Amino acid sequence: MDFRIVAHLVGMVLRIQSVLILPAMAFCMATGEQKSTRAFFITLVIAIAGFMLLGLMRYDAKRRMYIKDGFVAVAICWIVISITGALPFYLSGTIPSFLDAFFESVSGFTTTGASIIADVEALPRGMLLWRSFTHWIGGMGVLIFLLAVFPAISGGDNSISVMKAESPGPSPGKLVPKLRQSAKILYTIYISLTILQILFLRLGGMPVFDCVVNALATAGTGGVTITNASIAAYGSVYVDMVIGVFMILFSINFNLFYFMLVRNFSAILKNEELRVYLGVIASATVLIAVNLTGTVYHSVPQALRYAFFQVSSVASSTGFSTADFGQWPTFSRILLFLLMFMGACAGSTGCGIKVSRFVIFFKEAKRSLYRVVHPRSVELVKMDGKALDKTTVQAVNTYLVTFILLFGTSVLLVSIDGFSFETTVTSVAACINNLGPGYGMVGITGNYSAFSAFSKIVLSVNMLLGRLEIYPILLLFSPRTWKRI
Amino acid sequence: MNIIIVGDGKVGYALADQLNQEGHSITVIDNKLDKLNNTMDQLDVIGVLGNGASLDVQIEAGVPDADLLIAATSADELNMICCFTAKSLGAKRTIARVRNPEYSAQLNLFKEQFGLSMVINPELEAAREISRVLKFPQATKVETFSKGRVELVEVKIQEDAPLVGKKLMEMPSVISAKVLICAVERCHEVIIPKGGFVLKAGDRIHVTGESRQIAAFLGQLGGLKRRLRSIMLVGGGRIAYNLVRMLDEKVFRVTIIEKSQERCDALCGLLPHASIIHGDGSDTEVLESEGIAGVDAFVALTNIDEENLIMSMVASQMSVPKIITKTGRFNNLEIMEKLGIDTVINPKMTVANQTIQYVRAVQNSVDMSNINTLHKIVNGRAEAVEFTAGEDTYNLGVPLEKLALRRNLLLALIVRGDKVIIPGGKDSIRSEDRVVVLTNEYKFVHLNDIFQADSSEVEAVEYEGTLYL
Repeated sequence: MDFRIVAHLVGMVLRIQSVLILPAMAFCMATGEQKSTRAFFITLVIAIAGFMLLGLMRYDAKRRMYIKDGFVAVAICWIVISITGALPFYLSGTIPSFLDAFFESVSGFTTTGASIIADVEALPRGMLLWRSFTHWIGGMGVLIFLLAVFPAISGGDNSISVMKAESPGPSPGKLVPKLRQSAKILYTIYISLTILQILFLRLGGMPVFDCVVNALATAGTGGVTITNASIAAYGSVYVDMVIGVFMILFSINFNLFYFMLVRNFSAILKNEELRVYLGVIASATVLIAVNLTGTVYHSVPQALRYAFFQVSSVASSTGFSTADFGQWPTFSRILLFLLMFMGACAGSTGCGIKVSRFVIFFKEAKRSLYRVVHPRSVELVKMDGKALDKTTVQAVNTYLVTFILLFGTSVLLVSIDGFSFETTVTSVAACINNLGPGYGMVGITGNYSAFSAFSKIVLSVNMLLGRLEIYPILLLFSPRTWKRI
Repeated sequence: MNIIIVGDGKVGYALADQLNQEGHSITVIDNKLDKLNNTMDQLDVIGVLGNGASLDVQIEAGVPDADLLIAATSADELNMICCFTAKSLGAKRTIARVRNPEYSAQLNLFKEQFGLSMVINPELEAAREISRVLKFPQATKVETFSKGRVELVEVKIQEDAPLVGKKLMEMPSVISAKVLICAVERCHEVIIPKGGFVLKAGDRIHVTGESRQIAAFLGQLGGLKRRLRSIMLVGGGRIAYNLVRMLDEKVFRVTIIEKSQERCDALCGLLPHASIIHGDGSDTEVLESEGIAGVDAFVALTNIDEENLIMSMVASQMSVPKIITKTGRFNNLEIMEKLGIDTVINPKMTVANQTIQYVRAVQNSVDMSNINTLHKIVNGRAEAVEFTAGEDTYNLGVPLEKLALRRNLLLALIVRGDKVIIPGGKDSIRSEDRVVVLTNEYKFVHLNDIFQADSSEVEAVEYEGTLYL
């Protein structure tokens, strides 16, 4: 691994971080939150000092960045950004323990929304804004932002490895030949959709601050809110529907929005992942609504309303809630639990294993079964009308197995704390899938503060594993990564 | 510009690499996934898998909105179909690689019928390059401007050369030829020298001037004295064929060593004046028995880089005065220099440069003041560009000493009618002049790019190019 390239990238990320802090800091100054302003200011100074120091390192711009460098750099950048992102919480005294502040920050940047704060409403508004803002940044990816802003971050054309490491899905690619252009298009779509959502929420009569904060949290499919009761606090069908629909919009492949812009509608219609995703959401909504009618809610429309919101929230890995779904019948709870793992579409801000991986996995499974009966049959695994490369199929299988292994290991590690079976399993599932709330103690009325320091670290790593799709973080744990060759 | 390249082979990759560096948006089409993935990992381009001649694949790759499609697969016929399809889909311009010499007579027909804007032929270009170097054997590289009237040669200064230790401004006292040393490569640095620059042995200098003057300069510089007469070629492929056809049979005695009996038979019919030897050129015995020790020039042209390198080292051992080596993939000039290999011909780079020249020219919508020729020199780190000045060129008729030119460029030559002028401070650019500019910093598309945007600096910058003349 080339440490210089990694250091260079970390420096760049700190530079971006110092800019990203400014909106929240300005807000605190404007509203006169002195403590928060001071905390942001110190963070700013630290970030600037950090990139100046790293800037002193000799760096050869002509060095090529190889895939490994890119992956490791992305992982380290995310850890660095989480640490600096935790500083405002810690320095302002909002969260007294640094580990808790780090957990909160990781949960923010990885768009998880798992919180250790019991009473959100007591937090200074500047901190609430920062929390949602970390979702927004983490949703599309810090390094992709970097790609959009800087001409070539390093190693000239090899920055593609950074994009590969940060953007979700089995085979991330570019929209247009130039990487920088692609990154710009993605961010333009992202920003436009966010603004659109703010406008829609404002039309529903939500206060401006709430509109912004909730839109930022939806865009990143994060899920932190500024009320203890999450979205239920607004008690409005309109707000439920706006947020419910936008959660889905942000969890479908952004390439499709681009296709829409360039009027390539056939590509959207051909997209199998989208069809499967919407199909799953629709059927899960109906099934849960049927399950809820009569048991929790009296009328069908009411059951549909809550079922739709919750399905959309869980499938998109956002984690908002309009009802305490931890108290729902077992069938609904298990269905939602399974949806956590399915996750969103590739190339979106959503997390989880990704719909496209499951589509490929099921097709491959079907083919394998068919071959048991017809050993000589030749059949290709196809997606969107195109044959998939064998290595892609294999990578999907490996990914699933690795994911399950990591999930199991983490559950075992967290179980040392001795909480209930439900709490232990769902806390890990909610973190590794970047959802946020689970069941039991970590349900929407609870939080993660009771876990031991060790479990909090395990869960933080889980969140990073989920957001960066395992490999960049796993690479950090491989001793070979830390050798020069 | 949106450029689509069909065929991700050696030439396709080199084109994608070079054009990507020029800042264009590149889409590469190939039917091999591995190659595409590799290219996408290395370069900031996008890949489309499929047959580049098929309509669906071309539409997916965005050919209808493309400014240029370059078909560089290994099959001439496929390339032409690609271009034909692209043209009918609405691609603005197309370039095809056509290298079969049998088609050379009907190239104009192809251009018309298939709508080709240009035909590239790496083997033919490589042969041209070799023939130029054979004309000036002291030089390691020869490029031409103004349809061959002006040359730009690269020469390595030997220990005993009269220029060693001299300042550039003292050059006229040593060598009488009217030429301009426009770039010096020393310790892998490219320097655009000024009058006070002192030359050392081992420098690679780039010299430009009229052909006759260049010949005189090289003659006085020392090194190889006699003209080359006997040439040994190993590898009887298309380059060898094109090259032998270019060489004057009354002057050169050519021996071609070729491995394949079939090809030998074909060459015998095609090239009656050359002696064709059936044998493996990578076998030192064969080279020795065919008299490698006595030849004036040795040219390694097989398709395998390693063989070419080894043969050239053998030739170097035998003290063959002039050795020319063709390479395909291997392109590390520093290592090759250490091995005693001076002149390296890389067909893919040659056509890549030719294509860039074309692309820069069409980028420029103005018809006059266009790029005529572009040569990348010093391993691509500097470029020499020839423009034609037009009515819209700024500062026509203004003496150069009064002009604010950008730094790190050199106005090397002005060709006016039959006259080749090495410009001094009193000279000026006139309309219809051909101007050769050398730079190691910018990518010019227009002659006006050489002037500083901010004219307030006029006083501050003096014209430094030819102070030593």
